Amino acid sequence: MRILFSILSFLFTVALCYVLDTKSLFKLPLGKFLSPQAGIWQNAESFETDFSDQLHFDQLNGKTTVYLDERLVPHVFAEEESDAFFVQGYLHAKFRLWQMEFQTLYATGRASEVVGDVALNHDREFRRLGLVYAAEKSLVDMENDPISKSACDAYTAGVNEYIASLNYSSLPLEYKLLGYQPEKWTNLKSAIFLKYMAYDLTGNDKDFEMTDAKASFTKTDFDLLFPSKQDSLDPIISKNTFFPIASLQSKVPAFADSIYFDFLKDTIAIPEVEMPDESNGSNNWAVDSSKTKSKYPILCSDPHLKINNPSVWYEMQMSTPNSNVYGASFPGAPGIIIGFNDNCAFGFTNAGRDVKDYYEIKFKDASKSEYWFDSNWVSTSRRIEKINIVGKPAFYDTVAYTIFGPVIYDASFSGKNNQVNKNYAVRWSAHDNSNEFKFFYLLNHAKNYNDFQEALPYLKSPGQNCVFACKNGDIALHVQGAFPAKWNDQGEFVMPGFDSSYMWQGMIPQSENPFQYNPARGFVSSANQRPTDTAYPYFIGSNYPVYRGLYLNRKLSSMHDITTADMMALQTSNYNVFAEIAMPILLKHIRVEDLNENERKYFQKLEIWRFENDVNTTAATIFELTWNKLTDTIYNDEYANKPKNTARPYKSTLVDALLRDSNYKFIDNVTTTKKETIEDVVTAAFKSASLEANQLEKQNKLSWGKYKDTHVDHLLKLPGFGAEHLKIGGSENCINATKSSHGPSWRMIVNLTPITDAYGIYPGGQSGNPGSRFYDDGIENWSKGNYYNLWMMRPEDKNDLRVKWKMVFSRK
Amino acid sequence: MKFITSLFLMALLSFSLCIFLPWWSIAFACFVVAVCIPQKNGVSFIAGFIALFLLWYGLSFWMSFQNGHILANRISKLILQQENSFLLVLITALIGGIVGGFAALSGSLFRKNFKHA
Repeated sequence: MRILFSILSFLFTVALCYVLDTKSLFKLPLGKFLSPQAGIWQNAESFETDFSDQLHFDQLNGKTTVYLDERLVPHVFAEEESDAFFVQGYLHAKFRLWQMEFQTLYATGRASEVVGDVALNHDREFRRLGLVYAAEKSLVDMENDPISKSACDAYTAGVNEYIASLNYSSLPLEYKLLGYQPEKWTNLKSAIFLKYMAYDLTGNDKDFEMTDAKASFTKTDFDLLFPSKQDSLDPIISKNTFFPIASLQSKVPAFADSIYFDFLKDTIAIPEVEMPDESNGSNNWAVDSSKTKSKYPILCSDPHLKINNPSVWYEMQMSTPNSNVYGASFPGAPGIIIGFNDNCAFGFTNAGRDVKDYYEIKFKDASKSEYWFDSNWVSTSRRIEKINIVGKPAFYDTVAYTIFGPVIYDASFSGKNNQVNKNYAVRWSAHDNSNEFKFFYLLNHAKNYNDFQEALPYLKSPGQNCVFACKNGDIALHVQGAFPAKWNDQGEFVMPGFDSSYMWQGMIPQSENPFQYNPARGFVSSANQRPTDTAYPYFIGSNYPVYRGLYLNRKLSSMHDITTADMMALQTSNYNVFAEIAMPILLKHIRVEDLNENERKYFQKLEIWRFENDVNTTAATIFELTWNKLTDTIYNDEYANKPKNTARPYKSTLVDALLRDSNYKFIDNVTTTKKETIEDVVTAAFKSASLEANQLEKQNKLSWGKYKDTHVDHLLKLPGFGAEHLKIGGSENCINATKSSHGPSWRMIVNLTPITDAYGIYPGGQSGNPGSRFYDDGIENWSKGNYYNLWMMRPEDKNDLRVKWKMVFSRK
Repeated sequence: MKFITSLFLMALLSFSLCIFLPWWSIAFACFVVAVCIPQKNGVSFIAGFIALFLLWYGLSFWMSFQNGHILANRISKLILQQENSFLLVLITALIGGIVGGFAALSGSLFRKNFKHA
């Protein structure tokens, strides 16, 4: 009996250890996870943590000293340039390993390996988009260039040395939570990361949605819904700039009128896939010495991205014998992306050009081995994608590649649930060879405008509005990227894939990309608006946000003796110029006599509002609600019988239309016999908005800050790992383009005085460890519109009080 | 006295082994100490339980305290749906205690079998 007890007790103990060491009973291996000497408690970074270290690696060529300041920003001083990239890789991994690996796994279409089959649709979409195929091509170019190869090799080696130093107890927290291990870094992963950014910034297209709009409306209605002109446009390159005639004239295919521009026909199923945020935009500008108090140029840049923790940005200084550059880097890629060096500064906004088009493919049979192209059966090449899923058998997906690119949607895959019955190949400029690493390398080393111009051609995707300013007084803005030279409306809709005349006929020559260099107005700026007026000789579409650019140019034109403090005020401005333009429509057409007491109260708030989307204003919320209701009231009846997700007009279209014509065709509700007037719809929209506002007011959620409710989520949206209910104003049409989970992901202001005077901040912190006090220490100051001084440290500053820790990297 | 000695040895051996070995080496530590120091089965269990409860409580509380409970608050929000660092420390200590207790009980039973044989 005693033996039995003994055995039972022993087995129970073993079973207990097993259960607590694995996920067999609980969702987490609780013993392993909570054990103080190995589990998560090891990630509880002490406030007294000493980051100083002496590290030795065979790959290094010289000595590198890293001074970490009070915000944990590293100031890297390397004797050899390649060592600087090695150390950058090491530091990125030390502070952001989980994030950089997860982002590349996600971009590769391998998220299912970590989070299970909830990510299968995502993984299939990214495999079918050919993101890795694109990265492999860019890897070839990168490795053929000795400069970018050396930088990437050193960077990768640095990441891997850090990974090699890890054991379970020192693993980043998220690995312990999800139960997996980091794998080796490669140059390909860095290339994948840059292609992911290309996806994020060029991936939002509406080709299917527009195809159905074309199929559902008459040409007259379509032109009213999607006009090619925006009344408020103040383009990036000043109006009336002269452009020479296009050297590349693309030819409209024969019979395009009947095959491509055919209105009112059968609609197609629109794939329901994830899309990058439409507001992935940004602001950047530079003013020359004539407009500043310091008599030196000032450059500002604030990229708007999804705001997550850990942040997409990691701040650092990299100093080598031939360069000294400070700014925001991408964990996952070598170099500084947005920043400044001892001579100049640089920043980006998204060019927003359509560089992703779709072609309908006709296959000979289900094997998808041949497709009909120029009156022949042409062979596809096929790539078999094996998607591993944690806890389940692997999923195999065969992707056929055509002359255009991979077949992304077909009967076997169309995203969530909208079954497509045709085959669509995607032509995406990011699939073309390019070497963006070289672009950033050259940019980091640029000493003058010439150097900047030499760097530019290496940036092919994603297309960016690149702002530049130099201490010698030069300012410039170039719309840069590889952009197809399209005939009018080419690629606005899905194109036929059987005819080579629908293919892109070439890229716009580098010299014909629009740019502005030291303009007479004393500033250059961009805020994702259309780059040029109609004088530009190439087709560039019309779907661009228009309002931030309008306000920015208005302010910059009127500002003089500008200081960095003025620029901070501008960069964090909550002025809603869209509301300024749209408000007269509401105030003029709301029938005040029809309003009840409560509605009148809200109406008065609108009347006195000065268009500032500040945290505490309620008028901003009332305006937003009213405008949304008005948009719905005007268009919902026309769209009622159209396919789900058919493209809707841009925000500027309705404002422009109502200001021009109070009898705008779509005001009338087609489902009623009555002919509605603009007063009818505006008043109805306001009454309906007031009802909602009243509900919000009762819940104490009517103030703009509470209504918008900005938050910074952890990349996995883990509860407790983000920051909620931030007190920050702004909106998509304010310079401070902060929405609920999207906004200025890095704000930078650089005054190019002899000793650079620079400021910056991002909504996050230098450490990716959720157990570190440096994980989110920037968020509150970012919300308040505060900035940190960006300290370009000199070697002789090593005893400065801001230096808290010192890491030394050298050979063994 | 034997109780205090075994308790102390269990904690010390557990701590030492965990520097090099996985967390479950605490079971081995408590088992071995219980085999070496004869006590009643129940007393052994309590010694193992208290030794590891205190060890894990002390270690996790100290690390959390040094960290201003940042991490514990996040993890408890995530897995316990409430910001309660104390509860997370307590759960940590209980897990250590239960494993330590049963390992010590097994050690005690094992020793008695061995004697009889």
